[in-house]
Amino acid sequence: MSKYVFLIPLLPLVGFMINGLGRNFLSRMLVNIVGCGVLIASFVVSLLVFREVAAPGATPMVIRYFDFIKAGGLDIQASFLVDQLSALFLLVITGIGSLIHVYSTAYMHEETTAHYARYFAYLNLFVFSMLLLVLGSNFVVMFIGWEGVGLCSYLLIGYWFENKSYNNAAKKAFVMNRIGDLGFLLAIFWMLSQFGSIAYADVFSKASTAPTTVLTGITILLFVGAMGKSAQIPLYTWLPDAMAGPTPVSALIHAATMVTAGIYMIARSNVLFTLAPISQNLVAIIGISTALLAATIALKQNDIKKVLAYSTVSQLGLMFLALGVGAYTAGVFHVMTHAFFKALLFLGAGSVIHAMHHEQDIMKMGGLRKKLPITHITFLIGCLAIAGIPPFAGFFSKDEILTAALEKHPVYYVLALATSLMTAFYMFRLYFLTFSGKFRGSHEQEHHLHESPVPMTLPLIVLAILSVVGGWIGIPAVFAENAHLLSNFLSPVVASVRPAHPAIHLTHSSELALMGGVLVLILVMIVLASKKFAKENIDTAEPSGFSAVLSNKWYVDEIYEAIVVRPINWISSFLSRVVDNKLIDGLVNGVGKGVQFSARQFRLLQSGQVGSYILIMMIAIILFFIFQLFWKL
Amino acid sequence: MPVIPINYYIFLSLALFTIGIVGVLTRRNAIIIFMCIELMLNAVNVLLVAFSKMHHVAAFATDRATTAGTEAQLFVFFIMVVAAAEVTVGLAIIVMLYRNIHSVDINFLNRLKH
Repeated sequence: MSKYVFLIPLLPLVGFMINGLGRNFLSRMLVNIVGCGVLIASFVVSLLVFREVAAPGATPMVIRYFDFIKAGGLDIQASFLVDQLSALFLLVITGIGSLIHVYSTAYMHEETTAHYARYFAYLNLFVFSMLLLVLGSNFVVMFIGWEGVGLCSYLLIGYWFENKSYNNAAKKAFVMNRIGDLGFLLAIFWMLSQFGSIAYADVFSKASTAPTTVLTGITILLFVGAMGKSAQIPLYTWLPDAMAGPTPVSALIHAATMVTAGIYMIARSNVLFTLAPISQNLVAIIGISTALLAATIALKQNDIKKVLAYSTVSQLGLMFLALGVGAYTAGVFHVMTHAFFKALLFLGAGSVIHAMHHEQDIMKMGGLRKKLPITHITFLIGCLAIAGIPPFAGFFSKDEILTAALEKHPVYYVLALATSLMTAFYMFRLYFLTFSGKFRGSHEQEHHLHESPVPMTLPLIVLAILSVVGGWIGIPAVFAENAHLLSNFLSPVVASVRPAHPAIHLTHSSELALMGGVLVLILVMIVLASKKFAKENIDTAEPSGFSAVLSNKWYVDEIYEAIVVRPINWISSFLSRVVDNKLIDGLVNGVGKGVQFSARQFRLLQSGQVGSYILIMMIAIILFFIFQLFWKL
Repeated sequence: MPVIPINYYIFLSLALFTIGIVGVLTRRNAIIIFMCIELMLNAVNVLLVAFSKMHHVAAFATDRATTAGTEAQLFVFFIMVVAAAEVTVGLAIIVMLYRNIHSVDINFLNRLKH
């Protein structure tokens, strides 16, 4: 099967080429066939590859294609690595990618054909880059994919480029990502100078020979990269703004795949992180702070996509917590289940927005349960999954993270638990405000309410099924011994490191009791949300006091504006006005003026008096002799 | 026969050359400038011949058949020939000049400047 691995990323690239170049003359049907077809084909190849990798005794395949950079001792191969971790990500990316492509054919039907083809071209290019990212067998190939997904994210956030604020959101995402990318790039250079190679195999096998300080530096820089891409404090503010893009894009890029690239990167380099405890703690602390902060903001947002965006940031924070406490498998597990239910929720939200004619304010929704039955059911499943109700997918992965956090330090556990409870509350606030009560929008909107067409509901149903069963591959040991299929599957690549001296040792019965307790608390949260938001009259007054702080997102954007953006603007205008206009221009013009001036002076020597020329000649010759004869150099 | 030391020749040549230079610098009559240039050329010729003879005498003391040091005297003839040609052209120019502006004062020859 390794012969055909190149097809997985190549197919979306071909799709990008065809749709991108032919956007002005391809028919809509052809665009659909090409755009979705390449992804589905790629998914089929991924499935075959996965089956091979999942077979017992399978070894990681490194497939080399050509020398990418070869200069002196530097040898960077363009090569792919197919092992358990990348095979899993391949499935998630191409699988969810295919569903979202299908969904997009209906969601984007109002676009003109040229823009429609452009949209699918970008989407295909994104999938190509993402596949490159997870398939690369060294950090450079990963970085190429990393930059590619950043570019596509920028292009798709700014897809409706006539809208200036959307363009600004796109630029914000790009700039924030660049800050992180710089960290990643520096980490690559450092690894290159430390290990002499950036292939995973070389780096990880030599990792234990490097001093801890170096490893700490490298891993912190890697984590800075992950902060940008995976929207962690302090670089998370781009993700909520990224909701300017079309909803399927938010589902694919800003929930299911791209933002988990940081998790993938850290899980991939788990060997390095395990050897650098300081970085691990940093990852855990940043992760849990982000999770908490984003969850509090999500409590008070009224834009359906913004709530989901902050929820994504918060869930990503939980994944980083898992990575930080050494539970790499739990992190990857949560990436997978989160991809299912968050894609489902976003697509559900897209279905609602579609039905409401691009209305995103949940205060203007309500009572959509009867009008959008399929969307309602699937959205409810998504909410149950993200809230962590068994047997839905989110329960298993979240529980694993909570357990790992508890074993590391109880504070992590308490904060993660608080995050989970808030998650349950705001998700059901969203659910009740959208689907129950009575309709609060305009009459015209109510008149046009309709269930979405099949290409939109079908992905919803598939994702809903996945959100139900997706967690069953990671059943914890308390329920059944050795039933954690994912952990067994990933063990050759990503081995979770349990703390040598767990802060709290859990017996099976106490673990079950904790689980039950958490479950009860989550149910209480859901009931609270239903009491508050499932009624007929919703209090739509402007928030005040602390809730105003929350609904204004802790004023983080304003703080950044004040401490980063304004000083930078001031410095650039200073550089432009003073340094560039005065200094640089002065220097350049000064050289020209100086030459002109001196030429005007020297011209006077050209008097036409032959005698004066000869005199100068004589003086020069005499000087020459003096230098030659008496100036002993 | 008493040998005249080389210094005498050098100083003679230097004197002639300086007279030539000063003449060129100070005089305005083209013909006199011309003569001064000739003077400088011949100062060089004197020096060439003097050094040539000096080297030849030194070489002749050890080897009676030597021609070493005589090349400079050939060189002097070259200079003379070139100088003669130059004088021909130069005098012709001066004659034409005189016909045109009725003067041989070089300070009037600055038309190119304007």
